[in-house]
Amino acid sequence: MQDLIVIGGGPAGLAAAYAAYRKGLRDILIVERDRELGGILNQCIHNGFGLHRFKEELTGPEYADRFIRMLSDTNVHVMLDTMVLGITQGREVRVISAARGYETLSAKSIVLAMGCRERTRGAIAIPGDRPAGIFTAGTAQRYLNMEGYMVGRRVVILGSGDIGLIMARRMTLEGAKVLACVELMPYSGGLMRNIVQCLQDWDIPLYLSHTITNIVATEGRVSHVTVQKLGENNAPLAGSEIEFDCDTVLLSVGLIPENELTRDAGIRIDPRTNGAIVYENMETSAPGVFACGNVVHVHDLVDYVSAESERAGAAAAQYVLAGGPEGAADQPERATVELVNGDGIGYTVPQKIRVENVAKAADLFFRVRRLYGESVVEVTDGDAVIAAYRRSQMAPGEMEHILLTKAQLDRITGNTVTVTAKEA
Amino acid sequence: MYDVAIVGCGVIGAAAAFELSKYELNIVILEKENDVSMGETRANSAIIHAGYDPRPGTLMAKLNVQGNAMTEALCRQLSVPFSRIGSLVLAFSQDEMKTVWDLYTRGLANGVPDMEILWGEKVRELEPEINGQVVGALYAPSAGIIYPWEYALAFAETAVRNGAELRLNTSVTGIEKRDGFYRIHTNNGDYDARYVVNAAGVHSGEIHSMVAEPTFTIRPNRGEYYLMDKCEVTRANHVLFQCPNEDGKGVLVAPTVGGNLIVGPNAESVSDPERVNNTAAGMAFVRTKALKSVPTLNFRNSIRNFAGIRANTEHDEFQIGVAAENFIDLAGIKSPGLTSAPAIALYAVELLRGCGMRAVPRENPVTTRERLCVRMLSDPQKNEAIRRNPLYGRVICRCETVTEGEIVDAIHSPIPPCSLDGVKRRVGTGMGRCQGGFCGPRVLEILARELRTDRLNILQDGAGSHILMSRTKREVSE
Repeated sequence: MQDLIVIGGGPAGLAAAYAAYRKGLRDILIVERDRELGGILNQCIHNGFGLHRFKEELTGPEYADRFIRMLSDTNVHVMLDTMVLGITQGREVRVISAARGYETLSAKSIVLAMGCRERTRGAIAIPGDRPAGIFTAGTAQRYLNMEGYMVGRRVVILGSGDIGLIMARRMTLEGAKVLACVELMPYSGGLMRNIVQCLQDWDIPLYLSHTITNIVATEGRVSHVTVQKLGENNAPLAGSEIEFDCDTVLLSVGLIPENELTRDAGIRIDPRTNGAIVYENMETSAPGVFACGNVVHVHDLVDYVSAESERAGAAAAQYVLAGGPEGAADQPERATVELVNGDGIGYTVPQKIRVENVAKAADLFFRVRRLYGESVVEVTDGDAVIAAYRRSQMAPGEMEHILLTKAQLDRITGNTVTVTAKEA
Repeated sequence: MYDVAIVGCGVIGAAAAFELSKYELNIVILEKENDVSMGETRANSAIIHAGYDPRPGTLMAKLNVQGNAMTEALCRQLSVPFSRIGSLVLAFSQDEMKTVWDLYTRGLANGVPDMEILWGEKVRELEPEINGQVVGALYAPSAGIIYPWEYALAFAETAVRNGAELRLNTSVTGIEKRDGFYRIHTNNGDYDARYVVNAAGVHSGEIHSMVAEPTFTIRPNRGEYYLMDKCEVTRANHVLFQCPNEDGKGVLVAPTVGGNLIVGPNAESVSDPERVNNTAAGMAFVRTKALKSVPTLNFRNSIRNFAGIRANTEHDEFQIGVAAENFIDLAGIKSPGLTSAPAIALYAVELLRGCGMRAVPRENPVTTRERLCVRMLSDPQKNEAIRRNPLYGRVICRCETVTEGEIVDAIHSPIPPCSLDGVKRRVGTGMGRCQGGFCGPRVLEILARELRTDRLNILQDGAGSHILMSRTKREVSE
């Protein structure tokens, strides 16, 4: 019986395991399906990681390495090349590997840190042929940065998510011609700094409110795409066709938390995030099962993943040290405040706060549903404003963070509070 | 000199090869693509039909019901996943209920077993997510679901193990009648055979015309589909048809044997039989029609669109028969062609015998096929398999839980794949919700390693579908 099994050895899992160790847990196991730790960071060879966490600019592998080094001084155990096939709310973990075969492990607590996957062409029904040369941006990134192969020479990118933007620059640096970045929405889905550094600096045009309406193949490979401007209800406007001769289409059209294990275990999922519903300490609806990182909600910055995961790891340690399931059974039921999404708010994480569990303050992450200029974010309990935060601008592509202090939380009288974004 | 040359290795050519390979015959199968089941067989509704659709008295009706009855035993012996989940033809009005009764009557005439007419309430009991306006349905418990490409592959592999020679990338360009045999010209040289079987799908009209006057015209007809994530599979427990109309059997909603949900098709005449692109209009049509059957369908959970082609002709019947001396057509095979395939194969053997072909049964022919599928094993069996070969413990495709061992087995099978989609058709890698985003690079690496070739040579699918263009950095020698 492990104290803690962490599922996933990417940035979330690494930070959670380390935090749990620091809090005093000793039997910690990380189960990682890949052949090395670090997760998707290993293919993110650009810099810009760690500005918040380490106050310096690191590449993805360097950022991962910081955590791997921290763990190397601990006795945290790692199973690589090992796939988790299932988990239960009773905290059993079924795993399979070439080295050890099939086995069932059990733990006093679990941290879910499986990350996310990319939305594919199939999710967005792009008309046209189905040839080679259509990649999700992350898959292309893996081929390019980890395997050392170019996937194309003339590229159109659909979607302006951060991976797509990073790949626009990366492909350009490797000698490809990136013809366009095409975004369905009237605003970019990625970080502003990436729009500037990865598109504008390289004269790559960004077509907002446009999409690909046809893909044509010649002899099995992409040869041409049609891009059209979108009118009302996102209907393509006749006459707005822009034609591109290209051999490659990269898709950066969203990320989906990988929660198949979570769902199969019967843990409650928030349809807005596609991640588990979590409390203030990242605990899911299953006691002793915590979740953190992109498996809960898609983050823009790994620094925030690390911070959130450290909270999850620390909470898992606290749960185990307080006696695990038996200890939890002795605890009185804590009053729960549910966070309701008001106008302009896409989701919040956590979705629920047990005020008595909060020592100093509760972190609250959210995304807005549209662009905001000068604006204010309010947390209200009925008519009473519990907290308000000014913002000079907000965009759906940028995750927002606010802190609710213990004093503010103590003023809540109802079972729900509403988070709202308003133009100032 | 071959005894029999089969043109085309879709499910029809493959099933014919399988039956013929049970006899002492030298068989060659000529396939223009780089793998088997690359035409109609790879993209259709994946249904084993009960047999109430074809007009009574037709060959189509007879072969459909006979093929259906053969499927279960064949799938068991060839390790092909098949599930007899039954089908419902839904009626949304009393008018459509008349059609349902007509189908029932036809089914009785065709010998379809165990059909029932169900009233609305009973249908909703069987299918809780169905449109509340359904007034009744034809229930046919003998209908089932299958992976068509695996069915074809199983037939073809078994034929190859019995000695049939499969020539991939071999396109027939002309057929010449010689004295007592046919000389078949291809891009890969000539093949001589005493008997020829035309199983060329949408190209069967062209092959027929190489030896005989045209008796039918292939009118290619495209159907578009959605494949939905496994989380949508609970929307339907049976194959849910709507009443057939001039557009064919209409849009269906059905579980797949892989645990997904398939939705489609539309029906659209196209001029180019190779053009299986998706269209905005086609996909919108499918969505609208499917939502009529199951209003709760969530198309945000779509994981793939695809389109297939039907080898329709001007006739309401398969074009099966002797086209010229010692030359038979298995042509114009549209729905229910997949279902009928094993029966068509038996019929083909009889036709060839009728032409004078001597068929001496082979001693101990291979009639079974085994495929180890790790996720289907019990826990102790998994460990036993991994002890034997640790690669059965390394999961490569995380969505479908496919291991490196299974991929390596497939690459060294009687018909080795040369593409990611070839591996996909054999073991299911990339079939899942990430559509190969994660496993694609790993499968590509394994394919290149096992085939001892450069990764640049590995294809996505058919000829020319290169995935990688070049190395980024030149190798630095030590």
